[in-house]
Amino acid sequence: MALVKAMQRDATQSAGALGRDLGLSQPATWRRLQKLQAAGVFKGRRVKLDAEKLGFGVTVFLGVKLATKGRVSLDDFERAVIAIPEVQTAEHMLGLYDYRLRVVARDLADFERILRRRIMTLPGAGDVEANVLLSEERLPGPL
Amino acid sequence: MLDDLDRRILRTLQYTPDAAMHEIADRCGLTAAKVTRRLDKLRDAGLYRGQEAVVDWAALGFEVSVSLRITLDKTQARAFDEFHAAARDVPEVTEIQTFLGRVDVRLFVVARDMAHYQMLYRDRILTLPHISDIEALMLVSTLKSDERLPL
Repeated sequence: MALVKAMQRDATQSAGALGRDLGLSQPATWRRLQKLQAAGVFKGRRVKLDAEKLGFGVTVFLGVKLATKGRVSLDDFERAVIAIPEVQTAEHMLGLYDYRLRVVARDLADFERILRRRIMTLPGAGDVEANVLLSEERLPGPL
Repeated sequence: MLDDLDRRILRTLQYTPDAAMHEIADRCGLTAAKVTRRLDKLRDAGLYRGQEAVVDWAALGFEVSVSLRITLDKTQARAFDEFHAAARDVPEVTEIQTFLGRVDVRLFVVARDMAHYQMLYRDRILTLPHISDIEALMLVSTLKSDERLPL
């Protein structure tokens, strides 16, 4: 579990470096990493960039409800939504709305453009609720 | 300060984070040494902050993921800080976000199963300070989670 935690912090470390921190030999660490990898514990790696410094000042979370229940194919909506470059994450939810999207934009004007041209035009999209992200903290979770 | 080559490097890196440096360099039409030098510069400027492994909680036995949308009692001056500090102490909370909009705070919570979730909800979530309203949405599936920037 300590190994998973260390990988959450920095996934670019070599087995040798990880092992040194955890008091394990390089081969032992490597074997454990392989086992975790094989068990599907790591979905992949995420590159950490400073969105604001790179010119993306606004992150908005959208709750999207599908308008016409039943007839509209979820597949069409899902295919279209994941193809939008500004949509960073898309989750299918059960509850108040159907999809939760994380959208990144340069500023509010840019966000409005994305909302009008890309989100509102999605097949089957109905009500949309927007919340602007102010701060975010990621925690290691129950490890 | 960011030129087209920097952008190309970051774009390539975002799409293939675990590729070896020489592969990234090949795709950008540069030498590995040049890519390394540029990445070091971007890191020094605080633009590139490394890479994190994304954990699949289901593979670790946490089958239930819930997004909790929380409205706080804003008549309490320290509501945000105190709520934040207490939520941070719940190990099953993996994300805390604050918003401007209809919702004040959102927590992402993982649990082993529904019974475990129910226990967490009763004993750890509802007991957090200054909550005035709470709405739960359960994660059905994740369609996209790369968080790439459209550089």
